[in-house]
Amino acid sequence: MIVDKIKKRQVVQTNKKSRIDIPIGKWTRCDKCKNIIYKEELRENLSICPYCGNYFKLHINRRLDQILDKDSYKRFDFEVETKNPLELDDYPKKIETLRQKTNILEAVSIGTGKINGEELVICVMDSGFMMGSMGVVVGEKITYAVEQAIKLKLPVVIFSASGGARMQEGVLSLMQMAKTTEAISRLDEAGLLYISVLTDPTYGGVTASFASLGDVILAEPNARIGFAGRRVIEQTIGTELPEDFQTSEFLLEHGFIDKIVERKDLRDTIYNIIKFHKKEV
Amino acid sequence: MEKKNTAWSKVEIARNPKRPTSLDYIKYIFDDFMELHGDRISKDDKAICCGLANIGNQNFTVIAQQKGRTTKENIERNFGMPNPESYRKAIRFMKQADKFNRPIITFIDTKGAYPGVEAEEKGQGEAIAESMLTMTKLKVPIIAIVIGEGSSGGALAIGLGNKVYMLENAIYSVLSPEGFASILWKDSKRTEEAAEKMKLTSKDLLNFGVIDEIIKEPKKQEYNEAFTENVAMKIKEQIIKDIEELKTMSKEELVNVRYDKFRKMGC
Repeated sequence: MIVDKIKKRQVVQTNKKSRIDIPIGKWTRCDKCKNIIYKEELRENLSICPYCGNYFKLHINRRLDQILDKDSYKRFDFEVETKNPLELDDYPKKIETLRQKTNILEAVSIGTGKINGEELVICVMDSGFMMGSMGVVVGEKITYAVEQAIKLKLPVVIFSASGGARMQEGVLSLMQMAKTTEAISRLDEAGLLYISVLTDPTYGGVTASFASLGDVILAEPNARIGFAGRRVIEQTIGTELPEDFQTSEFLLEHGFIDKIVERKDLRDTIYNIIKFHKKEV
Repeated sequence: MEKKNTAWSKVEIARNPKRPTSLDYIKYIFDDFMELHGDRISKDDKAICCGLANIGNQNFTVIAQQKGRTTKENIERNFGMPNPESYRKAIRFMKQADKFNRPIITFIDTKGAYPGVEAEEKGQGEAIAESMLTMTKLKVPIIAIVIGEGSSGGALAIGLGNKVYMLENAIYSVLSPEGFASILWKDSKRTEEAAEKMKLTSKDLLNFGVIDEIIKEPKKQEYNEAFTENVAMKIKEQIIKDIEELKTMSKEELVNVRYDKFRKMGC
């Protein structure tokens, strides 16, 4: 439900029949202000539109580069094969195509890294891979990462970007909500810090499980965050919703996140929060 | 009813408004049931009923999703679609059960958590997550039974049991067949096809290892007191059997067994 609204927006972003002929590769267009931006410039600006400040979605590697000390990321050596429990005809092919296109294996990458020398476990989701949806692999990886954090006695930071549970894996996707929540529960019992960072978009089964369970919950500005998708709600109530509904600012106002942090400040903010949780002085 | 054994026919059965609701079964399963109300924050949302119950000397906490039968009842129960206040009420009763060492029985029967403006403003996602998190920490036995529709996170929110059961004709899924068809095929009318693909019947869920067992229903889907009593007695038997087994476990074991159960799902 949620997913398809988001998908529609993406279509706009990559629409090849747009009126202006954009040479593929070097240039891109801002979804919000429609300005044409040199990709290199966008990249140097943390993937934020230099004209209107719109946040572009981030590839996992880009996010890791922005947050962690240089070369400090060590990906966990833990791979799970994406299965096809509903035996859908085109699902395995879709996964394969996405892997080639995005250069990542699944919608989340897990590992350890450092911020100013402080070690942490980090999970980064990527909405460019099946809308960042949580199937068995995503559930497994996040759970594994959290379990490793307990073993290594490290804080956990999870960057969520997800349309919710992955319906292509049916009820097994739903059960990943329970699995990841169990893992967060153990982390909690172990007295370890969990910082949840919500980025655009965070919805459905991800909002309704680990993403909402951080000791501290941060969000990027203007990210769309919610449980039910906007369109589903509009259908239910029969009217259009205001522009700011389900944004980070909306959530902050209603008391569901701790702080909105600009992309350029995320690294420092996470570092400071970790320091506030150091047990010995 | 020529296509009797299709997944879609199960969806129709599970959704049949004449089918017994949680409170109908509760009446037969327990010797006594006293409903108690409110989340102690702002509201008594009626899509989830909570209360105290007993079978003989054994006391229980009951947490049940409740659909209505008439239009008036359905409006009162919000068509069985819980708002955050329902989950927060459930959380309150879970913690109370833990304090007084009462096993918890949950009944699942919902199209999903309510997708409304106020529900979002009050943190539907957080309420569901918190309900699951609370269940992971409970040191009492939990038995969850899907009696009709078990759809999405709104159902799972009270579903983290040491034992999880489904009635034979219940369904349990990540979203509705309508949602599945509209997202995957951009065609909300292909619901029957979606239901077949989704593997949402009790048999499917048993094969996936998501549920422990199927509770049989009478062959004839004729919803009268005899039907309700028949099914209720089977549920009761299962509860009594399980409680015997679960009571031999230590508090830590109950928590760990639950962890392992969900840890394995999908692997």
